[in-house]
Amino acid sequence: MKTLNRRDFGVDFGLTLAAAILLPATTARADDNMEVHIDNFVFQPAELKIKVGTTVTWTNRDDIPHTVVSAGKFRSKTLDTDDKFSFTFTNAGDYKYFCSLHPHMTGMIKVE
Amino acid sequence: MSGHDHREDGVSRRKVLECMTWAGTGVLWTITGGVPRSLGIIDSAQAATAPGMTFLQISDSHVGFDKPANPNALGTLEEAINKINAMPVKPSFMIHTGDITHLSKAAEFDNAERIISQSKLDVHYVPGEHDFLDEEVKFYRERYGRGTKGQGWYSFDAGGVHFIGLVNVVDLKAGGLGNLGAEQLAWLEDDLRGKSKSTPIVLFAHIPLWTVYPEWGWGTEDGGRALEYVKGFGSVTVLNGHIHQVMQKVEGNVTFHTARSTAFPQPAPGAAPSPGPMKVEDAKLRAMLGVASVNFKQNEQRLAIIDTPLQG
Repeated sequence: MKTLNRRDFGVDFGLTLAAAILLPATTARADDNMEVHIDNFVFQPAELKIKVGTTVTWTNRDDIPHTVVSAGKFRSKTLDTDDKFSFTFTNAGDYKYFCSLHPHMTGMIKVE
Repeated sequence: MSGHDHREDGVSRRKVLECMTWAGTGVLWTITGGVPRSLGIIDSAQAATAPGMTFLQISDSHVGFDKPANPNALGTLEEAINKINAMPVKPSFMIHTGDITHLSKAAEFDNAERIISQSKLDVHYVPGEHDFLDEEVKFYRERYGRGTKGQGWYSFDAGGVHFIGLVNVVDLKAGGLGNLGAEQLAWLEDDLRGKSKSTPIVLFAHIPLWTVYPEWGWGTEDGGRALEYVKGFGSVTVLNGHIHQVMQKVEGNVTFHTARSTAFPQPAPGAAPSPGPMKVEDAKLRAMLGVASVNFKQNEQRLAIIDTPLQG
């Protein structure tokens, strides 16, 4: 886990403040990092809406390995407990993905 | 578990040690005249009198698993093998229905082999999804794939029974279940062609070939196709693993059976938020691990399956 120190907080806060001034409140920052957690064989959130350029990081918090696979788009290595996989979405579109070991686990990233 | 009367004076040291030795065995199967059937929990008396050919099923060793549900999966595999070595009647061979390792690491395969080979039995493997995780998917194939077709399927004959090992953990589709695929199904149809309908058939694969609980992926998308091909045979037994618990059903001439894991239990369908490893009290773990033994006796109508917990 990343620990926030006072200085980090100050920087984040400053950036957030600047963004709030420069951009309408509903617009996400293109360089945002978004998180998806795998808990109890479920991708959470199951659907994520992001802007082009966003990096999504998946973290496996189960005691069982999982993968993150979107046919023809991206494929993680096997993620053991607490392993992470990141992918930066550079094109708009709907990215359906699943765990190739437990295919009943599915998720969606909507990039606009 | 039944048979353990915990009296007020507590569990004696000897009792505890007895329990320990029972942690994590397999299923004993008896094939009598074509139909495998479960004999229930193995005890020495039953095993000693079981006639005909006997083979063992072990499953889901998950060597390398070290999480709270069982910090020492290699240890419980060894307990299972010790249990098998202590059986009064030596089985003819053993099948392993997959998930030999947890993460397909070379060292995990080596450790599994080192322990399982202590049984001094021929072992017929099929892969679980945990055995195909290495980048090049070569460790399982190098060790167990020789002489097999496609992703590792094959058949062999023993004691008048035709055994078919199937692979249903490859090329799984989003939202789907286990998968055999067209190539394997065509091979299966061909493999069975010309076989006398009185030949007892044993199909074994990692993921259940019947639909146990699709919400958790416990079934095989095209398993029904495989079962169509064996429909006309007088005796069909389907042996699977994957779900880490004993489940059995009989449909006409077909007996379905899943074996316990030697590593950790999983919850009953829908009994938990997910099918992940189930942490139970240490004292209860070994009652939920086990092996199966199958006995086949010529000219009788049933094949007997005995599920033996490591402790029970």
